[in-house]
Amino acid sequence: QKVSVEVLDHLEHLALVDFRDSEGVERLQKAIQFADQLHEVNTDGVEPMDSVLEDRCLYLREDDVTEGNCTKELLENAREKVEEYFVAPPGNIPLPKLEERDTFPQGS
Amino acid sequence: QVSAALKEGRVTPTELCQQCLSLIKNTKFLNAYITIAEETALKQAEASEERYKRGQPLGVLDGIPIAVKDNFNTTGIETTCASHMLRGYISPYNATVVQKLLDQGAVLLGKTNLDEFAMGSGSTDGVFGPVRNPWSYSRQYKEKSVPKSHSEDKESNWVITGGSSGGSAAAVSSFTCFAALGSDTGGSTRNPAAHCGVVGLKPTYGLISRHGLIPLVNSMDVPGILTRCVDDAAVVLGSLAGHDPKDSTTIQDNFKPFELPSLTDVSKLSIGIPKEYHAPGLSGEILALWSKAADLFRNAGAKVVEVSLPHTCYSIVCYHVLCTAEVASNMARFDGLEYGHRSDMNESTESMYAATRREGFNDVVRGRILSGNYFLLKQNYEKYFVKAQKVRRLIANDFVKVFQSGVDVLLTPTTLSDAAPYKEFIKEDNRTRSAQNDILTQAANMAGLPAINVPTALSERGLPVGLQFIGRSFQEQQLLTVAKWFEKQVQFPMIQLEVKRHDHDAFQHEKSASFS
Repeated sequence: QKVSVEVLDHLEHLALVDFRDSEGVERLQKAIQFADQLHEVNTDGVEPMDSVLEDRCLYLREDDVTEGNCTKELLENAREKVEEYFVAPPGNIPLPKLEERDTFPQGS
Repeated sequence: QVSAALKEGRVTPTELCQQCLSLIKNTKFLNAYITIAEETALKQAEASEERYKRGQPLGVLDGIPIAVKDNFNTTGIETTCASHMLRGYISPYNATVVQKLLDQGAVLLGKTNLDEFAMGSGSTDGVFGPVRNPWSYSRQYKEKSVPKSHSEDKESNWVITGGSSGGSAAAVSSFTCFAALGSDTGGSTRNPAAHCGVVGLKPTYGLISRHGLIPLVNSMDVPGILTRCVDDAAVVLGSLAGHDPKDSTTIQDNFKPFELPSLTDVSKLSIGIPKEYHAPGLSGEILALWSKAADLFRNAGAKVVEVSLPHTCYSIVCYHVLCTAEVASNMARFDGLEYGHRSDMNESTESMYAATRREGFNDVVRGRILSGNYFLLKQNYEKYFVKAQKVRRLIANDFVKVFQSGVDVLLTPTTLSDAAPYKEFIKEDNRTRSAQNDILTQAANMAGLPAINVPTALSERGLPVGLQFIGRSFQEQQLLTVAKWFEKQVQFPMIQLEVKRHDHDAFQHEKSASFS
């Protein structure tokens, strides 16, 4: 089953990277096909494993401030800033839909 | 050896540093280094020299030149992960492992090349170009390669280092440093170690801090250690292992650095040979070598048994899903706002993010992000992501069962064949190559177990081949003891590197190989 254009569009919105061309879409198709091999394995009664350290207690340190005050160093790597703010372009403007974008090949 | 030399004053840290820096310049064609920190390295060497003069070195690593893979944060030195996304990024902090090495007096020569964001198995997909295997320029390889015609460019026959820590492996292999840090998520330290003829250690997950290592797969990443001999790896491990409050995935048990005993009696050892590691595509040469190694142990009195890890063949597929899913999450932080590349597109936040990421990431990275997002979609979550997590448990359990049955250490090949020529390697895409090459190393990451590549012999083409030992969780001492015994038995030959000086005189390099 091929991935529908709606899902491709959805993925581009979620990931905020684009497929660039039909090769990118092909790559995804192949990746899904590859992953389908997982279904050959019988996992009845098996719990999913998040971490190999699941039998141990996670270390949580005391809620005390031990370091910080490094605003200047942190801002140094940002390209656009004003005083102590990172500057972003206006938000809440959704990306244009797939059909309206010129970065996606039509009819793939 | 070199540490003793430093202590006795036979060589000074600054001399050592300068020799390494000049060798780096002479081996520039290997493209192992992205950034060379000449000034700071010399300053560190001078400080070390002062300490030796006062008779107060910080330890075995004081004054030892090292290199670090470019996905570890280093203060004041550019950290790029071989990607446009982080060009020009200068970190405000040192990764914990880097800090630990510096605190021991090690001299940081520079940052080494890798596949972009450590995704790949050839060190060929970074924006600074591929890394060349130093063995391509060895007498051993040249003697075995038959030129097709006089006019054939010898230059074009060079082989890859393997990946993704290829730069680190090449740096250690070509004597430009005595130890290097890599990272290992699917085999990224052991694979290039095997191809470059050096020792590559993947520690148990949770032993060494990942704070400052730019993450790929949080549940599988570990910093890796590359050295020329097993004793050196033990020394570096000793200075790096232990709980880090800044990385809550490090265990809290006390870690005691150890010195490796010289084992003479292996009769109490049980070595497991997992039959599934006779994977499709395994070269006849390596199969024979593996068999010979098993015989070596058997003849020395150890118990050698065939074991089974039935879910091995699914580890690559499982990795594929879990890796892309975690990558999709980990790469989300690169939006151009706080650091790294930022696109000029300014119409909206989302379009700026999208443009920044399109410009900053290569096809491999973008492909994995998109696949990862697909597997994490609500309609696919159970089917793919959770399913993969279940398969992961089955793979980890395979190992538990085998170790419970009395096996101490597993012996397997590390790679399917010796290093491929670059021209051959790039004929297939990154994902296919990774899927083919990671098969023997990946399962250890799934289960979080320690594993080490020990260079074993030269192939018919004159290139290094290594074998892998996989140990029980947190039993690095036992693992390294066995590896050291094996290393002594096989006596892997030293590389006879032919490097031209700037004044065009060819000369051979046979410097002291180890520092411990």
